[in-house]
Amino acid sequence: MMTSMHPLFAYLGAAALIPLFTGAWRNRMVLAAGVFGLFLVHSLPEGLAATASFLGHELTVFRVDALSRMFGYIFCLNSVFAFLFAYKLVDVRQQLAALCYIGSAVGAVFAGDLITLYVFWEVMAVASTFLILARKTTLSSGAGFRYVLVHLFGGLCMLAGIIVHVQATGSIALTSLAPNLGGWLILAGVLINVSAFPFARWLSESYPEATVTGGVILSAYTTKTAVYVLLRAFPGWEVLIVVGCVMAVYGIIYAVLENDMRRILAFSITNQAGFMVVGAGIGTALSVNGAAAHAFCSILYTSLLWMSAGAVLAATGKSKCTELGGLHKAMPLTLLLGFIGALTISSFPGTAGFTSKTMIIQAAATEHLVWVLLVLEVASAGVFLHAGLKYPFFVFFSKDSGLRPPEAPRHMLLAMGGLAFLCILIGVYPQPLYALLPFDVAGFDAYKAGKLVGHMQLLLFSAAAFFVMLPLLRNTDTIALDTDWFYRRGGSLFYRAVSATFNGLNDVSAKAAGRMVHGFSEFCRKVPEWVLLAVTSLSPDSFGTGKANAALRLKQIRDSLDAAALPVGGSLVAVTLGLAVLLGLVL
Amino acid sequence: MSKNNKPDFFDRPKTRRMLWTLLWAACGLTLVAQFFASPEPHFGFDDFPGFNALFGFACVVALVLVGKGLGFILKRDTDYYDD
Repeated sequence: MMTSMHPLFAYLGAAALIPLFTGAWRNRMVLAAGVFGLFLVHSLPEGLAATASFLGHELTVFRVDALSRMFGYIFCLNSVFAFLFAYKLVDVRQQLAALCYIGSAVGAVFAGDLITLYVFWEVMAVASTFLILARKTTLSSGAGFRYVLVHLFGGLCMLAGIIVHVQATGSIALTSLAPNLGGWLILAGVLINVSAFPFARWLSESYPEATVTGGVILSAYTTKTAVYVLLRAFPGWEVLIVVGCVMAVYGIIYAVLENDMRRILAFSITNQAGFMVVGAGIGTALSVNGAAAHAFCSILYTSLLWMSAGAVLAATGKSKCTELGGLHKAMPLTLLLGFIGALTISSFPGTAGFTSKTMIIQAAATEHLVWVLLVLEVASAGVFLHAGLKYPFFVFFSKDSGLRPPEAPRHMLLAMGGLAFLCILIGVYPQPLYALLPFDVAGFDAYKAGKLVGHMQLLLFSAAAFFVMLPLLRNTDTIALDTDWFYRRGGSLFYRAVSATFNGLNDVSAKAAGRMVHGFSEFCRKVPEWVLLAVTSLSPDSFGTGKANAALRLKQIRDSLDAAALPVGGSLVAVTLGLAVLLGLVL
Repeated sequence: MSKNNKPDFFDRPKTRRMLWTLLWAACGLTLVAQFFASPEPHFGFDDFPGFNALFGFACVVALVLVGKGLGFILKRDTDYYDD
């Protein structure tokens, strides 16, 4: 059955219906919206386009082709599992924010022009912020505040780029862009969202502060929408190869330093997005296929990993590796399902990660990009180190924390089970995934014997090295400095420096002005006294007792001036002279 | 520790020894498999048996050491940004 309804309406419709439902019915309705969204994407005919007129431009608000449909597919599929995971959620604000966020992400990948993309891009930024703020802790409100500022900055870069691009070319089409000023500005906005270094920290400091459900939902959409835009508008931009390689290594190094389990997973998002950015940068049919397939699979395993960490957080209230450990006894099913996610992100043969990541690696090999290949191999070993081993080991094994929480509730296990099933299904039978890809995959086979042996050697010896190096991997309850220092510490230093400079200037000016006024008033008071003193000394009789000495006379003069009781002649002279002096000063 | 004070399955020395043996056996198996299906060399310096094994091991050791080294420079107390 074919329908041509935008899947976005499934989510926006549910958001509009939220006030009509309460309790469990609201959760059912939201879950049904996810399923309906998936059904709508599934039944979209390829080649569909819907246009609308806006300010003299023809907007393509809805474009269905292989690439957009594939991202729409995984976005809606993931929403079903995310809403199942959140089946007992009672916080209506999170449900509303999630529906708006997922809806706008779906809107963004089906956008055929830059203006429509920009609108959904900004709605995503705002809606997602509420999933962080909903945790209602001091840390989450700070992180949410910085998160929205970074994204608004990225959005402004994109908007400026769109304006420059439209001015230069007259076209608003979202298609492969030329490397001019407009293109570079748009790229900057997209790279901020994909968490490229040096703008990577927003992700790993905000997602782990989000709610249990919020973390699961956030992990899937913002970076993958950005990957979609890179594949659509910037394929073959060689700078992306470098950016992606840096991201892949950055994620590993910081994950090794990290203590918070959800932050370790957040760094793995940046690390995995690095592979996709490299795929976009290589820009061949195979690499674009690989990046799109990897985005698809990474949503599955990242969600799965965040769900397992979320289940631990929900059950124990803790997320630091130093406070966790030994949970395999209490939460064996969460461990099992989370470990499938850990194996998948490490691209173990037989899991979805292997069938998609090898495509990007193969593309780099085909193009003879030797150093890229080298970095990607390092990153492959590294992701196994932190997401594949460090996360499950320190949370579920390692030293026993003594925590004995109950196993995750059934709806969470069901959601994780579904994702784990898909991770393995695509791993052993990738054809349905390959059929969704934008280009033909003929000639590619992930499971070549030599490749398999090489990859297994890499992974198993990485694991051996992990356990050999274990004493050096003990976690400490610390954070690691990153480029966010510049806006967190640097921002407050800048504030203090500016405050000291300008408030200092203010103080100095206020004091100087005060002294001047005071001096002038003294001067105006003294002048008549001096004049009177001079006048009275010339004619001693004109002011009371002439025999008085100078000091006594000055006191008399001052009293008389204060009481305005001067003899008329003297006063007149004093006032006239005083006014003359004033006039002289003024002129 | 479980309630009856018996060491947990994963804490028993016997289990640990077995897991180590299994891990190294699996590693050895991939080295043997190399002679039946060797990975395609890409770099010019990777055409000897066991390159991928050495590479994986060295990468993790290097990444942990680099991470540890950077930790001395970059690690701060969790309340570093709190003031």
